Amino acid sequence: MKNLFKKPRSLWIFLGIFLLASFLTIGSCARRSALKQDKGGAAEAATLTYVAPGDIDEYYLFYSGGHSGNVYVAGVPSMRHISTIPVFAKYPATGYGFDKESKEMLGDYDWGDVHHPALSETKGDYDGRWLFVNDNGNNRVARIDLRDFKTKQILGPVPNVSGFHGGAFVTPNSEYVLAASRFSIPLPKGTAASVEEYASKYKGVVSGIAIKPDSGEMSVGWQILMPPYNYDLGDAGKGPSEGWAFWTSYNTEKAIGKLEVTSTQRERDYIVAVNWKEVEKAVQAGKTQVIDGVPVIDPVQNPGLVYLIPCSKSPHGVDISPDGKWIIGSGKLQSITTAYSVEKMLAAIQAKNFSGEEDGLPILNYDAIKEAEVNVGLGPLHTQFDNQGNAYTSLFVESAVAKWRLGSWDVVDKIPITYNIGHLATAEGDTVDPDGKFLVALNKLSHGTHLNVGPSQPESTQLIGIETEKMKLLYNAFTEPEPHYAQIIKADKLKPIEVYQKEENKNPFAIWDINDAKAERTADGVVVKTVLVRSTITPTAVEVNQGDKVTFHLTNIEQTTDELHGFGLLEYNINVVVDPGETKTIEFVANKPGVYAYYCTNFCSALHQEMQGYLVVKPK
Amino acid sequence: MVTEEAQTAGANGSHSWIRRFLVQKYDFLEQPIPLISRLLIIIASLALLFVFLFPLWNMTFFSNQYTDGLALDIYAYRLEGAKTPNRDDLREINSLNHYIGMRPLLESDFSEFVWLPFAIGGLVLLALRAVVLGKMSKLVDVFVLFVYFSLYSLWSFYYRLHSYGHNLDPTAAIKVEPFTPPLFGEQVVGNFTVYSYPDVASYLFIVYGLLLLAALVWAWRGYKRDLRASEAAS
Repeated sequence: MKNLFKKPRSLWIFLGIFLLASFLTIGSCARRSALKQDKGGAAEAATLTYVAPGDIDEYYLFYSGGHSGNVYVAGVPSMRHISTIPVFAKYPATGYGFDKESKEMLGDYDWGDVHHPALSETKGDYDGRWLFVNDNGNNRVARIDLRDFKTKQILGPVPNVSGFHGGAFVTPNSEYVLAASRFSIPLPKGTAASVEEYASKYKGVVSGIAIKPDSGEMSVGWQILMPPYNYDLGDAGKGPSEGWAFWTSYNTEKAIGKLEVTSTQRERDYIVAVNWKEVEKAVQAGKTQVIDGVPVIDPVQNPGLVYLIPCSKSPHGVDISPDGKWIIGSGKLQSITTAYSVEKMLAAIQAKNFSGEEDGLPILNYDAIKEAEVNVGLGPLHTQFDNQGNAYTSLFVESAVAKWRLGSWDVVDKIPITYNIGHLATAEGDTVDPDGKFLVALNKLSHGTHLNVGPSQPESTQLIGIETEKMKLLYNAFTEPEPHYAQIIKADKLKPIEVYQKEENKNPFAIWDINDAKAERTADGVVVKTVLVRSTITPTAVEVNQGDKVTFHLTNIEQTTDELHGFGLLEYNINVVVDPGETKTIEFVANKPGVYAYYCTNFCSALHQEMQGYLVVKPK
Repeated sequence: MVTEEAQTAGANGSHSWIRRFLVQKYDFLEQPIPLISRLLIIIASLALLFVFLFPLWNMTFFSNQYTDGLALDIYAYRLEGAKTPNRDDLREINSLNHYIGMRPLLESDFSEFVWLPFAIGGLVLLALRAVVLGKMSKLVDVFVLFVYFSLYSLWSFYYRLHSYGHNLDPTAAIKVEPFTPPLFGEQVVGNFTVYSYPDVASYLFIVYGLLLLAALVWAWRGYKRDLRASEAAS
């Protein structure tokens, strides 16, 4: 051993080994820390998103609540969640689904799957009247009135539609809410055919839900019988493409089973181009068959209505640029998005420039209508636009947003998203006149980027500033499941009321004087006309017999903003909230004898706690 | 120590130095291993035993979704993804790879995990055998075997990577060009940037090899010194 240390060369060998090892270890640590995210610019971001107490946001963000059945309302740029609009599910907080009217609207369904909110439009611009939402779960479509932010109509289950995913998209003058079937089925509903017969017996459907211009009342206008593809998302044309509507489709293989594999074997699926104005004419000309009460048109028998546009396989979004000239479609497994020229599409249709046909429908020649393939990045899903001629495409696989230019087709910026962005929304981004300024990324995963709330994690929405050349991440918000799509509208376009004026309350059971409040026995039970006002529920006691059908007509006679009153009835599973000037009706059978308290559930005043009464149910 | 034959050949000119070199080497191989060299070999063997405690190789996959990286440690006898109560990286890597039709990484598919530990044990035993039997040729044997083993293992690892990246299920949802994940260094694969580098156990292999080499060099230098001394004496 003595010799070993006398010999400097042996020592060098050891030193060398250790140096090499340490060097490599340090190197690997350094490369990991280099990938940490840049969190600079906090002050700037905070200023851009700060809405001081007393101030209000510049924009409304309406985002879908997915399988919660709700629509959520937030302010932009603060990203504060302000309100929840219940649509397809009961919501005790507002009493939705407990009173007679909303119970009848919900019918037998306890849930819905809200995907794509669509603001009503006039001349291709949001007009702030209504918000339409689809129900992918139970094939319905609903209208929310933006005058009072309440769900006013639920249409459906719509006949022949299965999985109302490809909606709701409105035409530029809100003539129609357009929607398409995600899951083809044998028609009419009620027909059973084995999935082995999928390709021949199953059918997809594209629906035009007609909207009454004055009231917004929806009815099923017409439907188009489609091959059994899965129809995903759509958009209505505008400007030069007005009169057309576009849907993406997947599984044009018409495969069954493990679709993850079976539906992804072809390199291309289709964007379906529908000339809805021509469909309207054909329907008026009576070229339809009636299936389950709906006039249905067969596009194979009636050429000129539907064309297939080849698109990279498994596309999700198809989006029309604000000027209506470009159709942007992307296969969600590729790294490019395709911009198709509407002008070229119309020319190709004129010239019958088809590359073939499938299921009797002509396929437009891809090369003839393609304007550009934009190398946006991996997993392009959905595209939105600003006022500077830029497009923004969400990239699911890459978890990023790509910014690129319409016309030059250059990708100019990219920003990473935490995590897995689905849809995105820019301010007024679906209109002919977007505002730019802000982009909201609706992310599928939040991956614990928030205070830990256990395994059931919220989704995340991120606010991105797009006023500058480089996109800037401004704010992270966390939202309830599950924002599939959102629209952002300038706040001053909406003029919601805060109080229902007494004069407009036409409910025949409304009363405005405490002295009119009373319980009356009718042929089959008891009807109680009830007044809710600070701080009494009148009458303060009601006596009924066990087995009576009991009806409470509840009028909140307040005419002051935010003076809501609730009516909760213990152990009868009833709670409603009545807004100022509103009348709601609850009905139930008094099948449990005894004494049950009712009380105001929505805090109202200093003596809110005293606002209570008793229902006495006398046993048989 | 130099034979008569060699001296005769030396007189014949150009072949003489080759002959002398070979003869000298044969002679060296018959020499006993000096003490210091034996100690170095023992340290080398001990170092090799620690190979089982550390990963041989590390691959880390970074993307926007995984800014902290999905980590895969390859040991001599098993695969181990980084694992926390909130994430199982091996499972995660396999479920992501299925989209491009890559076969799942399963320990049971790797015959390496059987023969590598056996071979490593063999290298330890052969090194100790050289210490006990004490002849230079035994040390040369184990060193040559080690070099062969290292090169073969690297090739085998490369071949594994190549075949995982080239035998992709043709029915996969996402079709990618066949590729070879990086053996050493950094590579962009889809939305991931992959870093692949040797880890502690590989450095232990290097230590083992270098120590054996040091033992050889030490013995050779001693041998040459003794040779010069005896030449000077004669």
